[in-house]
Amino acid sequence: MGNESEIRLLGTAASPFVNRVQFALNLKSIKYEYTEEYLARKSELLLKSNPVHKKVPVLLHADKPPICESQIIIEYLDEIQPDLFQLLPSASLDRANCRFWAAYIDNKFFPLYEELRRTTKKAGQEAIKEQMIEATKLLEEAFVKSSNGKAYFGGDQVGYLDVVLGCFVRWIKHVDELNDFNTFDEVRVPELAKWAKNVSSHEALKSVTPGIETLVSFFGLLHIYKPPYQ
Amino acid sequence: MAVKLLGIWQSPFVLRVKLALSLKGVEYEYIEDDILNKSSMLLQYNPVYKKVPVLVHNGKPMAESLVILEYIDEIWKNHPLLPEDPFEKARSRFWAKFVDDKFVPMIIRMLRITSDQKDNAAKETREILKTLEGSLDPNKPFPEDKSLSFMDIAIVWVGYYTQMLEKMLDVKLLDDENTPLLNTWFRVVLNLQVIKECLPPFDKLLTHYTNFHERHTTAS
Repeated sequence: MGNESEIRLLGTAASPFVNRVQFALNLKSIKYEYTEEYLARKSELLLKSNPVHKKVPVLLHADKPPICESQIIIEYLDEIQPDLFQLLPSASLDRANCRFWAAYIDNKFFPLYEELRRTTKKAGQEAIKEQMIEATKLLEEAFVKSSNGKAYFGGDQVGYLDVVLGCFVRWIKHVDELNDFNTFDEVRVPELAKWAKNVSSHEALKSVTPGIETLVSFFGLLHIYKPPYQ
Repeated sequence: MAVKLLGIWQSPFVLRVKLALSLKGVEYEYIEDDILNKSSMLLQYNPVYKKVPVLVHNGKPMAESLVILEYIDEIWKNHPLLPEDPFEKARSRFWAKFVDDKFVPMIIRMLRITSDQKDNAAKETREILKTLEGSLDPNKPFPEDKSLSFMDIAIVWVGYYTQMLEKMLDVKLLDDENTPLLNTWFRVVLNLQVIKECLPPFDKLLTHYTNFHERHTTAS
């Protein structure tokens, strides 16, 4: 897996789903070629590679057809390179647990942040924040169970759930700031708060985390393409 | 028994798990849950979603049909569901997720659709089915009982429930002009023995969802 041109990632710097894949690639020391996509002007390659969703991230490996959907990409990376930095645990029950929480994070937790971004009425915002508080309570419990007293969901080492949730920390912080909220509050969810600090400062994620300008610019685009609800 | 499945007869997600267990010849105890009076067992085993299916293996519960399918495939090695090749695995997972992300919200919408919204919703559903047809390789032979895969199990219910919606709402969704390959695929696969044995009875399903639709579209 040393040939740099073997793996190519289509992405956009601000996307947490893209950061997620980059985090995994970095952890597994997989070299890759990165192509920045401009979502207002999607390239031919992106549209051809992901005709179903027209979204990033897309992974291109050698001459194989493209692979889409960040969690699916990460499982793929784990399978083609199982020996170096395995992300999913070995035991089937633990894998099922990881996949369960990964689905929860993408299907239930993160969509709340898009909802909040697009909700302008105060009552609506408060209702969403209530749901966020509930969700982080569940995630705190899941973290405590999974980490077993260690720093990460994966234990001593970063694991699948650290990658799946870790990529959202910076984005969430930005949405929090715009909405007078604190998702990873040290009093409400002390262990998750500690974890958020740890995972954000991990070199493999820090090196691909977008800066404030990139985020602000992207949120500006989202404001146009996925505007606030009327 | 070592394996218990908590389910409701009308759930396509429960159907997926039944198919997987059936294909691998796994003995299990099926427990029908009452959707209106969710049992304490369900609340204990799936506190996050309070939904079926829940698989309990040696006392350990797990939820989410696709997660359960992956677990079943790892524990019982006979009749492998996922392909060996990592790329093909990714492809199977992609299409299973597509069905959950795109078709499921559509069917939920259809079950509450008013007559003025019906035609638009039907058009959108046909578009989703057209995309789903893209998952099929026209050069590959149709699956047989002994070759049914993860992707087949994840998708097959779409054909059955779509047929039910067509009757219920008097709309055309599975169109031989729009999706000829998908239609044939559904016809063949829904007729396989192991599938037929697990499907809920069509008339019972139609009655159940017709009542549901009535309840949700009639002003009280």
